[in-house]
Amino acid sequence: MAKRLPKKDVVIIGLGWTGSIMANELTDDGLEVIAIERGPWRDAPTDFPPTYMQDELRYRVRHELFLRPDQLTFTFRNTMRQTALPIRSWGAFMPPNGVGGGGVHWNGEMWRFLPSDFVLKSHLTQRYGASFLPEGTTIQDWGITYDELEPFYDKFEYLCGTSGTAGNLQGQIIEGGNPFEGPRSRPYPTPAQAQPFSHTLFGKAAGELGYKPFPQPSGNLSQAYTNPLGLKMGPCTYCGFCEWFGCSNYSKASPQTTILPYLVRKPNFTASDNSEVVKINLDKAGSMATGVTFVDSSGQDWEQPAELVILSAFSLFNVQLLLHSKIGRAYDPISNTGTVGRNYTHQTTSSVNGFFDHAKYNFNPFIASGSIGMCIDEFNGDNFDHGPYGFIGGGYMGQVQTGARPIESTLVPPGTPKWGAAWKTAVRDNYLSTVKPGAGVHGSFYAYRDIYLDLDPTYSDRFGRPLMRITIDLKENEIKQNKFLTDKFAEIIKAMGAENIEAQYRTAPYDMTAYQTTHLNGGAVMGSDPTTSVVNRYLQSWDVQNLFVLGASAFPQNAGYNPTLTVGALAFWAAAAIRTKYLKRPGSLIDA
Amino acid sequence: MRKHRHAIAASLAIILVRMASSQAGNINRQEFSQIERGRYLTVISDCASCHTVPGGNQPFAGGRAIETPFGNITAPNITPDPETGLGTWDDDMFDAALRRGIRPDGSYLYPAMPYNAYTKMSREDTLAIRAYLNTVTSVRNATVGNTLPFPFNIRAAMGAWNGLYFSEGEYQSDPEKSGEWNRGAFLVQGPGHCGACHTEKTILGGDKAGRYLQGAYLQGWSAPDITNDHRVGLGRWSQEDLVAYLKSGHNRFAAATGPMAEVIALSTSFMATPDLDAIAVYLKSLPGKAGGPSSLPADDPAMLAGAAIYRDQCSACHGLDGAGTPELFPTIANSPTATSDNPRTSIRIVLRGARSVSTASAPTAPGMPSYGRLLDDTEVAAVLTYIRNAWGNASTSVTADDVTKVRKETALRPD
Repeated sequence: MAKRLPKKDVVIIGLGWTGSIMANELTDDGLEVIAIERGPWRDAPTDFPPTYMQDELRYRVRHELFLRPDQLTFTFRNTMRQTALPIRSWGAFMPPNGVGGGGVHWNGEMWRFLPSDFVLKSHLTQRYGASFLPEGTTIQDWGITYDELEPFYDKFEYLCGTSGTAGNLQGQIIEGGNPFEGPRSRPYPTPAQAQPFSHTLFGKAAGELGYKPFPQPSGNLSQAYTNPLGLKMGPCTYCGFCEWFGCSNYSKASPQTTILPYLVRKPNFTASDNSEVVKINLDKAGSMATGVTFVDSSGQDWEQPAELVILSAFSLFNVQLLLHSKIGRAYDPISNTGTVGRNYTHQTTSSVNGFFDHAKYNFNPFIASGSIGMCIDEFNGDNFDHGPYGFIGGGYMGQVQTGARPIESTLVPPGTPKWGAAWKTAVRDNYLSTVKPGAGVHGSFYAYRDIYLDLDPTYSDRFGRPLMRITIDLKENEIKQNKFLTDKFAEIIKAMGAENIEAQYRTAPYDMTAYQTTHLNGGAVMGSDPTTSVVNRYLQSWDVQNLFVLGASAFPQNAGYNPTLTVGALAFWAAAAIRTKYLKRPGSLIDA
Repeated sequence: MRKHRHAIAASLAIILVRMASSQAGNINRQEFSQIERGRYLTVISDCASCHTVPGGNQPFAGGRAIETPFGNITAPNITPDPETGLGTWDDDMFDAALRRGIRPDGSYLYPAMPYNAYTKMSREDTLAIRAYLNTVTSVRNATVGNTLPFPFNIRAAMGAWNGLYFSEGEYQSDPEKSGEWNRGAFLVQGPGHCGACHTEKTILGGDKAGRYLQGAYLQGWSAPDITNDHRVGLGRWSQEDLVAYLKSGHNRFAAATGPMAEVIALSTSFMATPDLDAIAVYLKSLPGKAGGPSSLPADDPAMLAGAAIYRDQCSACHGLDGAGTPELFPTIANSPTATSDNPRTSIRIVLRGARSVSTASAPTAPGMPSYGRLLDDTEVAAVLTYIRNAWGNASTSVTADDVTKVRKETALRPD
């Protein structure tokens, strides 16, 4: 029997980026807010100390910071004809756990989506005609425009101290920045990070091929910064331990460095860690949330009543909790009805390794940060005419050197023996002279009718609830897109002077065992039509008006960029709607 | 029904307490100016530091163990509760306790209660504090006052102690000095009771003559010299630096940690800026010590080893030049904490790490991790010897034995 706690104004499920942003915004309005977090409390200097954080075996190989699959996992299959099996060790993506969420272990790449990404379906239909779209695609518009989101992009960039070079300042194209980006209202808060040798070489080669290279916008800061909450960040030391690791130098933007020290001082904020929310509770009519039920580490059930429920866990867990709480209608791809679980997407990534003459080139690849890099955006979104190529979508590409950690950085040219003296010699010869782009090709992943999330018919979790099932594969459109982009990328790596090239295309079937990215999107998408979206343009549930669902689960499909900046901007956007509209007049923010 | 009865009983209890407390002393509880003055004096006297359990929700209810070299003393309840607090004390009793160290039954307080500093306040001041304390929520919380071992548990001995170390009397202005200087002197010597930590103590716990505010050792920390000494004191800080430090816990050089972090969080961050300016003017007027060691040569073996360790372990945050990042990572070059004659704070921070203070104006509270597992005592000694003598710093060497001693002393400390 659940013990009932005193009622709060707001209960927040998951204290990562979006939960922290929302908690800070709503406590500013004087609301009593409690955040309930499945994992442990985490604090930068004590949990990620430089005395042991740079441990590739512990954090990268053994997944120290991530959810243990024994606690909760998913089942996976490629196609609807197959039987899904549980994931017992994380591979393709890394579900975050604990305070700070994915904001702890990310690389810090801070991209805005293109204006056309938000109106994808109408834009592509208008330019190429409906028949140009791939068969079975369920891409759609977001119900929000770039211009509406711009102030919130700006807000999140300034919260994080983002280092970068503006490419489009209020409509004026700026030399050295990304000329394809949407207009930004002001420059980045801090200048771009200094680029190591391989990055400048990439920029030079790309420029000579006629592209417009620019530094990747980075949440690892080029210089000390004080954010609008008065929190201090330090300059990045280029240690090369960002993704998979926490940063103790206060250099990487995370909830720990940009929000939490300010938030925890507020008397109207509390948090409960090691507490797993298992259900959003509804009233008898099923139209209003009454709060949540969570389980603590002693197995005790607690009921936390609240006026407003914010679901801000990682995308997959958002969808799973909606399904388990029976909120909205579960998606059924056969009848093409229901919305929860629909339009699940990932990211189409690939890379090209370049092997250079070690007598001539020394890239010092260990000088790195997770989001340092030189990139081009010519082949992203609809920045180029897709007509001749027969696919839609695209991505940025770049030399983004995220580190040369010893276990994973033993690249050798194709044809080298896999062990023995020859292998050792090749590792030694190539360690300093290999270009191994951490991001490489970062392509979009569009939505399809038969790529989705639902509840597994066979496997259940420790509470006896069905596991969530992931059905995902790579479609011909994404494979074509990736081939095109990877070949373009290889041309640049070649032009840099590489003697040997190893292109690694993304192909079907979708592989759950090797890491791709943790950019999982959709399943609770936003939109203007309740029959094809779970939340409205303010991320408010169509079915339960006092429930808002934040995060990448709201993306109708994924663009050719890292999602975090858009995730954070949408959280600020939803917070503004709650503060300026919902609190004044609780109810649906969309006139039906 | 049963629940209902409880509610009635609880509200009766509240009414009874209110009536009892309103009889305490001769104070009118709507005397706003006096109460507000008392609230501010309570802040600058940092009463909460001892009389409120940290993180607790019962302000001034006592119960915190105060660590002294002679044993722990539990701070009493100073809420208006008539049985377990000060509810039955009259004004004279309160004033005698604060300014003379005399309890209502005529016995002596222990000088852990800094009546030797509070004596600089006026009767008006103490009665204002009394007026404020009369308005705080009454809490029933009995504390065991005297937990010292024999012979320190004999309060009568404090009579002799007072004869040696206590000079009673209000602060007397120095007409030669400015009003601001006098205000600063009053705050530092009186309610602020800075000397309680920053003045070295005799074996009996009294202030050592001639060592006023020149630094001391307590509770596992060396409290630094806060005179204007150029090498180990505040000599290289401007008045603005000192005010920023007291206001926010941080300035372009330093970050507060340890017991000072608590003083800032509970007391100085809430002080009015003119008062902080006055404190700075006064402290900056206190002369430093003459002489001091000169820098060790860079080719000293400990310096060479220390430089290598510093480059590997410390420079990412503190910089190869020891300059740090203002208001985030403290400066080590020119740092009086680094060059302090007593290196125990530095040793302790390297061994155990430290967390700086979070304040409204500087909420980040950056921390330094513990290196006690990574570096052995010889390595800690070398890197500290290096930072005490690099970049123009000059101080004595730290030995492995010094480190071993601090490692042992602090091993089981909860803080």
